[in-house]
Amino acid sequence: MKQTDDPGSWNPYLAGALTGLVAVASVFFTGKYFGASTSFVRTAGMLERLVNPERVAQNSYFSKYLESGVSGIDWQWMFVVGILLGALIAAVTSGSFRLQAVPDMWQRRFGVKTGLGRFLTSFIGGAILLFGARLAGGCPSGHGLSGVMQLAVSGLVALVCFFAGGMLVARLLYRKGDE
Amino acid sequence: MNLLIWGLVTGVLFGFLLQKGRVLRYDKQLGALRLIDMTIVKFMFSTVLVGMVGIYLLNDLGLVELKLKGAVLGSNIIGGLVFGVGWGLVGYCPGTSLGALGEGRVDAVGGILGMIFGAAAFAEVYPQLKASVMTWGDYGKITLPQLLGVNHWLIVVVMIVLALGMFRWFEKKGL
Repeated sequence: MKQTDDPGSWNPYLAGALTGLVAVASVFFTGKYFGASTSFVRTAGMLERLVNPERVAQNSYFSKYLESGVSGIDWQWMFVVGILLGALIAAVTSGSFRLQAVPDMWQRRFGVKTGLGRFLTSFIGGAILLFGARLAGGCPSGHGLSGVMQLAVSGLVALVCFFAGGMLVARLLYRKGDE
Repeated sequence: MNLLIWGLVTGVLFGFLLQKGRVLRYDKQLGALRLIDMTIVKFMFSTVLVGMVGIYLLNDLGLVELKLKGAVLGSNIIGGLVFGVGWGLVGYCPGTSLGALGEGRVDAVGGILGMIFGAAAFAEVYPQLKASVMTWGDYGKITLPQLLGVNHWLIVVVMIVLALGMFRWFEKKGL
């Protein structure tokens, strides 16, 4: 396997299986299934509320998640923040933390002087992705992990479409077979 | 309050394992989409297999409840494809974007800000979508075993066999 040249990494099957145990324990103890994209709606609403609280209160989508006078921070929001902390802990303790603005694969394909290009692509991609996730009803955590492990039709359909759309764009960005 | 702490703890464990499994990197996510490195698929399906057995076992014992999202083919398919297009550009998922930042991938900040923007944009057009795309092909909160009218353990076993076959193929091809 390819992990041997990367100190501190675990076999992805092992890390994945342990994540499955964490997911089951989460449902057992708190009834909470993994998910992430709703937290971005809550964050957007919380930020917009700082500028224009009336507009947020009148918006039927934000109203689903943000009661007036309530913070908007819930289990999942803390879960998403936890992902950042957990990854930071794992990276720092294994010496694999690395500040990087342009990923290796991107550098090889587009040259190293495209930091702004990478940032803008990342922003535009993020905006399209989250719009799609909310339309689909979830992201790879909510649909892909939680949905598929429950054998939900919605999760299975969405997961296939996530990969179909992603493979199409990857194919357009990168030449075939180019490492 | 207690629930918030559980959320944080669960997230820390998830983020730790995502980083250890090397799932957080742009190169790994694009590697899967380009069919040259299946690390994230190995991770995802290992999680799903263990989770599937655990959840259905506990559900049969009456200890946990399923929490299904509705199968609305219009929104699942169109939203899923739109998600995929964005995913191919940013190279991180909503959850993994935070984890990627945690291991120092600064370009994830662009993705995270974009995601917040995308969420705000969705909120603006939600009424129109709710009345159209989000009603197309609504089959309700249904599982694959329910759709096929078979016992869930049959599907669980089929899923395990298919995934193990896929894993074996990945290893044979060095993906």
